[in-house]
Amino acid sequence: MSGQTMFEKIWDAHVVRENEAGTTLLYIDRHLVHEVTSPQAFEGLKLAGRTVRHPEFILAVPDHNVPTTDRSHGITDPISAKQIETLENNCREWGIPFFGLADQRQGIVHVIGPEQGFTLPGMTIVCGDSHTSTHGAFGALAFGIGTSEVEHVLSTQCLLQTKPLTLLVQVDGTLSQHCSAKDIILAIIARIGTAGATGYVVEYAGDTIRALSMEGRMTLCNMSIEAGARAGMIAPDKHTFDYVCGRPLAPTGKVFDDAVESWRQLNTDSDATFNKVVELQAADIAPQVTWGTNPGMGTAVDQRVPDPRSIQDNAVRAATQQALDYMGLTPGIPMTEIAIDKAFIGSCTNARIEDLRLAASYAKGKKVHQRVHAMVVPGSGLVKMQAEDEGLDQVFQEAGFEWREAGCSMCLAMNPDVLRPGERCASTSNRNFEGRQGKGGRTHLVSPAMAVAAAIEGHFVDIRSWTPSQP
Amino acid sequence: MDPFTTVTGLVASLDRLNVDTDQIIPKQYLKTIKRTGLKEGLFYDWRHTSDGSLDPTFFMNQPRFSGTSILLGRDNFGCGSSREHAPWALLDYGIRCVIAPSFADIFYNNCFQNGMLPIVLPDGDINALFDTVTATEGYQLTVNLDAQSISTPEGNVLQFTIDPFRKSCLLNGLDTIGLTLQHEGDIAAYEAKQKLAAPWLFSG
Repeated sequence: MSGQTMFEKIWDAHVVRENEAGTTLLYIDRHLVHEVTSPQAFEGLKLAGRTVRHPEFILAVPDHNVPTTDRSHGITDPISAKQIETLENNCREWGIPFFGLADQRQGIVHVIGPEQGFTLPGMTIVCGDSHTSTHGAFGALAFGIGTSEVEHVLSTQCLLQTKPLTLLVQVDGTLSQHCSAKDIILAIIARIGTAGATGYVVEYAGDTIRALSMEGRMTLCNMSIEAGARAGMIAPDKHTFDYVCGRPLAPTGKVFDDAVESWRQLNTDSDATFNKVVELQAADIAPQVTWGTNPGMGTAVDQRVPDPRSIQDNAVRAATQQALDYMGLTPGIPMTEIAIDKAFIGSCTNARIEDLRLAASYAKGKKVHQRVHAMVVPGSGLVKMQAEDEGLDQVFQEAGFEWREAGCSMCLAMNPDVLRPGERCASTSNRNFEGRQGKGGRTHLVSPAMAVAAAIEGHFVDIRSWTPSQP
Repeated sequence: MDPFTTVTGLVASLDRLNVDTDQIIPKQYLKTIKRTGLKEGLFYDWRHTSDGSLDPTFFMNQPRFSGTSILLGRDNFGCGSSREHAPWALLDYGIRCVIAPSFADIFYNNCFQNGMLPIVLPDGDINALFDTVTATEGYQLTVNLDAQSISTPEGNVLQFTIDPFRKSCLLNGLDTIGLTLQHEGDIAAYEAKQKLAAPWLFSG
């Protein structure tokens, strides 16, 4: 018998039963809950007279719909306030751990899970949010679900699932200076397309991936969904165990040691096979910028905006033309000539402390371009505190960036942080869909370093050869 | 959940690749705590021009597509956010069935949770349907889930495949949580076994 992939090992360890039609009842170890996709699930539960099976396996936090400016007077928008209040009430009623707006631990659900040690290797983790794939960075099987499935997990701690296929993305070699995990994942999606991994669970492997920090791995796995993947995963190693050790919800003492021993067995066996393999060389990866309206529509910063006339496939040509029309871009212009109005550093992709340190290192001593409005939104209250302890808030503010409270903010613009029609944004978030950051807004996805450089110069620059125009 | 057996209805077409759930239902409609009334937000940004008026080129604003219950789409329909508000909004508008060459996983799954049927057909069939729908006002199809078939007015029958478990749930309008709860014994046995095998999952 051939060996197993990490995904297969975790899957097999969570099978409660298999039904006659080939559907698996899969046990779910942890459930993250936020305010937007949960109210209807709690309502459904109540209407059916059902209960929450394991409130202690849940962690709830408002993040999507929260203001990132002063919260001391509560939330101005009554509809947003009602949704957040509903989450708090549901958590109180069922005894679910909840980090409210006044709690320093509040933040983006995919930042606080790992931060608290709620996310551990080998687990199955779900959340009513597609970026749940983030947690796969720990060697967990983590995926986004809809509200009906949120209700299913609340009630049964299980989900009915069809087993996905496996895709190995192998990245080897040394990443060039100024490139980061964000550039790796944008390059992967540009290569395989926005549906390139649909139906698959991705395992990222290779020495480039091994060399990434835990936060870099989270950035990478976070955007697996943007290639259509059910989940993205990275085998746990010493980086992982060191990161988890000592977190508030992580096991301690002998239990932790036993857990690590078990987690070491999760690695894909050397004789295991994947349904599909994609290989990249890190040396080929340049800083990435998207030019279109899905995350697969991107290229290296030293390239040009594509010309639809050179595309053979009718549907792809039409989609490219539609994207360029929406984005207001002229075919063939260098990416570095694209001028921006806003810069957003934040989101579950790039709002952890390492992202902010890196961004601050590029912003230090510079000034945001006079035309650009730039903001930094930390991923959690604890990230914000840490950044302030290190003086990063001062660096950003002296450079002209706004320094905000934690939340999803302008990644999806459900709160007041919104692009106006026609505004163009260099964003460290994960989606450049039409209207994602505000109706008519134009989003270019980039790494934190690239966003800072664009904010300072007023247009995209190749940070590998960037000589700031200011002293 | 309402069962899905047979649907006969007007077909509308949306000729775009990668229709994402942010388009199907924009963020401002996600602040609700209800599942109902979401048709107001369905394709809001495509339904309206930049000055707020209705865009006459969008299918929802064309009288010939009024009362549509079957939507024809392109590859990777429903990509992006996991928001179940997307199928809720389509359903609220009256769409019970989406036919496309491929779907994003989470959207595909969310449809089944709401008595909606997403059907995958090969590119050739999809292209032919797009041409026919464009050329034929009032074009209707009949979708029969039990027979896994789509019947055209011209007398053609297109077969589609579907997971047998999902089919059974949809045909009978089954409450899948209720089905899982019938296996309480299995769940409890699994938990007892895991408490010994991986105690850190239970200690917190």
